[in-house]
Amino acid sequence: MADVQELRRSPLVNRTQEMEQASGSAVSIREVRFTTQVGLRAEPGTAGYAALETHLGGLPERVGDVVGDVDSTAVLWLSPDEFLAVNEPDSGLAETLTKVLGDHSGQVLDLSANRAFIEISGPASELVLRKSCPLDLHPRTWKVNQAYATEIAQTPVILWKVGEFTWRIAPRTSFADHVVSWLLDAMIEFSHQEV
Amino acid sequence: MMLIDCPYCGPRNETEFGYGGEAHIAYPKDPYALSDAEWAEFLFYRDNPKGDFAERWVHNGGCRKWFNAVRDTLTYQFKATYPAGSARPNVSGGTQ
Repeated sequence: MADVQELRRSPLVNRTQEMEQASGSAVSIREVRFTTQVGLRAEPGTAGYAALETHLGGLPERVGDVVGDVDSTAVLWLSPDEFLAVNEPDSGLAETLTKVLGDHSGQVLDLSANRAFIEISGPASELVLRKSCPLDLHPRTWKVNQAYATEIAQTPVILWKVGEFTWRIAPRTSFADHVVSWLLDAMIEFSHQEV
Repeated sequence: MMLIDCPYCGPRNETEFGYGGEAHIAYPKDPYALSDAEWAEFLFYRDNPKGDFAERWVHNGGCRKWFNAVRDTLTYQFKATYPAGSARPNVSGGTQ
């Protein structure tokens, strides 16, 4: 049997070259491939919530909150009882968390292929996003390691600030191509030397 | 662009929201006891006031939760938003 790991294709594999060419010192773009994504649902105050909370070292409590960080396992707030855990490819996180939740009410679902992760970084990354995102991206309001579900390019995405000048954008895979085209277009003006 | 204050996410653009009709319409305790006319009234008959109106809204583009809002149908002003299941708040000032 062929190895599934070798056969799989990331949703933006055919845009790789384009993204490399568009990247420069002001802003660069790349795809973060095959991240593990696990959808979690548990009502605060229930036994299932407590079990997940203990295992993950906490669950985000309000909009924008992220527990953990991009280099290990991060849990993003999606709604009061819904969270998204993200970490490196093939980590087996879904299996682990399924065992943690056990028979308690709640849900652990492997959503790894659900969203593509696009990373844009560089000093101009915020300016690129400001053209398309209605939320306040200023560092005064949007701190490092905060994430919000919102819209970019008329497309629902999760926008996550992972570093001072680094953002991860997670649209659903079917919209990933569109979002990349949109961002590449928004990046053009920053590829030239400032006059 | 109008801002709607989601009880869970805070103010967001109206494009992230969907409309769900009149709020606070309870499902009949015993639907079988209803006559056809009463059932039709439950299903289809809604108020259409000029002024404050309690409505259901859903934040599709964010937390995907339903919540209620009191909106002035004349000015389109949102006077209050509150989680689904809680009582309608008293908002001062009628139609401006």
